[in-house]
Amino acid sequence: MAVTVILPTPLRVYAEHKASVEYEAHTVGDALDRLTAAYGDLKKHLYTPDGRIRSFVNVYLNDEDIRFLKQEQTPTKAGDTITIVPSIAGGAADASARAGA
Amino acid sequence: MPIDTSTLPKQDVKLSKEEVLRYSRHLIMPEVGMEGQLKLKQAQVLLIGSGGLGAPLGLYLAAAGVGRLGLVDFDVVDSTNLQRQVTFSTKDVGRKKAEAARDRLLGLNPFIQIDTFETRLSSENALELFKDFDIIVDGTDNFPTRYLVNDASLLLGKPNVYGSIFRFEGQVTVFGAPDGPCYRCLYPEPPPPGLVPSCAEGGVLGVLPGIVGSLQAMETIKLILGVGESLAGRLLLFDALGMRFRELKIRKNPACPLCGEHRTITKLIDYEQFCGIRGEEAPVVTTGIPEITPRELKARLDRGDDLFILDVREPHEFQICNIKGHLIPLGDLPKRVSELDSSREIVAHCRSGKRSADAVEFLQKAGFKKIWNLKGGILAWSDEVDPSVPKY
Repeated sequence: MAVTVILPTPLRVYAEHKASVEYEAHTVGDALDRLTAAYGDLKKHLYTPDGRIRSFVNVYLNDEDIRFLKQEQTPTKAGDTITIVPSIAGGAADASARAGA
Repeated sequence: MPIDTSTLPKQDVKLSKEEVLRYSRHLIMPEVGMEGQLKLKQAQVLLIGSGGLGAPLGLYLAAAGVGRLGLVDFDVVDSTNLQRQVTFSTKDVGRKKAEAARDRLLGLNPFIQIDTFETRLSSENALELFKDFDIIVDGTDNFPTRYLVNDASLLLGKPNVYGSIFRFEGQVTVFGAPDGPCYRCLYPEPPPPGLVPSCAEGGVLGVLPGIVGSLQAMETIKLILGVGESLAGRLLLFDALGMRFRELKIRKNPACPLCGEHRTITKLIDYEQFCGIRGEEAPVVTTGIPEITPRELKARLDRGDDLFILDVREPHEFQICNIKGHLIPLGDLPKRVSELDSSREIVAHCRSGKRSADAVEFLQKAGFKKIWNLKGGILAWSDEVDPSVPKY
């Protein structure tokens, strides 16, 4: 069943600047696997080295955080939207990236 | 969910004739009326940050007649701010942001009180600063401060009107409502530095914080008036390029260490450490680079030694704080090396000592022999010699 995955601005650069992509998927995890298979660079931004979704990235199925559903096992149906919402703070990343300067 | 504002202290507050005329467009609305306008007049709102988000926030809260606004910002107006920080004018470049903002806002509305706090918010001062205000509005630009603002507001039981932006996207919500989630419920941990794609290409579309900050102002006014439905429990996402608003649910996390069922955070922590900034900062490798510590430099300057201070930071950093060095940004050094006199003793510095180590190495290769790197940079100077120099 076709679900739409909406990509946040900070991650679009790793997905050929697409704002959203569609996949056939039965679960949220399934859709994210297809996403990271298609765009390998996204994987390290979404997942820790041991395969868990990073704690500063939230994933929503429609308007519910999957942490309060069944995590990546949350089943999806046709027309669902998966939204990836990372933590953002504004001009910031500059400040923290300059920490070593 | 509306937040109960009936606990705001009821004082004998009235509107003058001039204020009645000024706020007439509020007064004739049943949702505001005299009662609502008096609530606004009695409200005390603290704005953390007078930048891109702080600009529309300050302007609209002042215009609405919020009786007391606190502005927390230690920064100085830079011309690069004027693309989005619309409280400031060109003539304000070089002025302290909090002062320039206060002047602008009082010019807009002289009937309100504005207090400025030109200080870096920290675990040492946040609770004391926040306690006299009713609502805290987060207009900051970095993760450690966001967690600090969240924690301090929550510990004091104050709502925290949150807004954040990144390039073309914004997020707005209200944390800290009774039974509502907090920032840690949404994001238990910050991204480690360097992992989230940085604004390395620069920027933000100037009008974006204008929109997001205005939404924050709207939420703040609704909280004060006790009308409408606040964004508590909802994350409003704004995609400027697609011009779409979406809404996601934020649930209170029962395992949240700050506001959950088993609270382990009961006081403010070291947020820089929490956000991994100190941990990530690699020790400055200065093998072979001659160094001078801030204390040694100060001693030599006090003795009257003729030292040339070379500042290799960027112009906007010089604006934040400087020790009156001669500014040549590191990237410009090769083409501006003729500005330096190799017969003089030169001390190069930057923010923390890394860029200036590179500068010393470059100048040594160019034949400079009397050249030192200021160990720890201007940060160490602030720590060891002159704490009035703000750190950034």
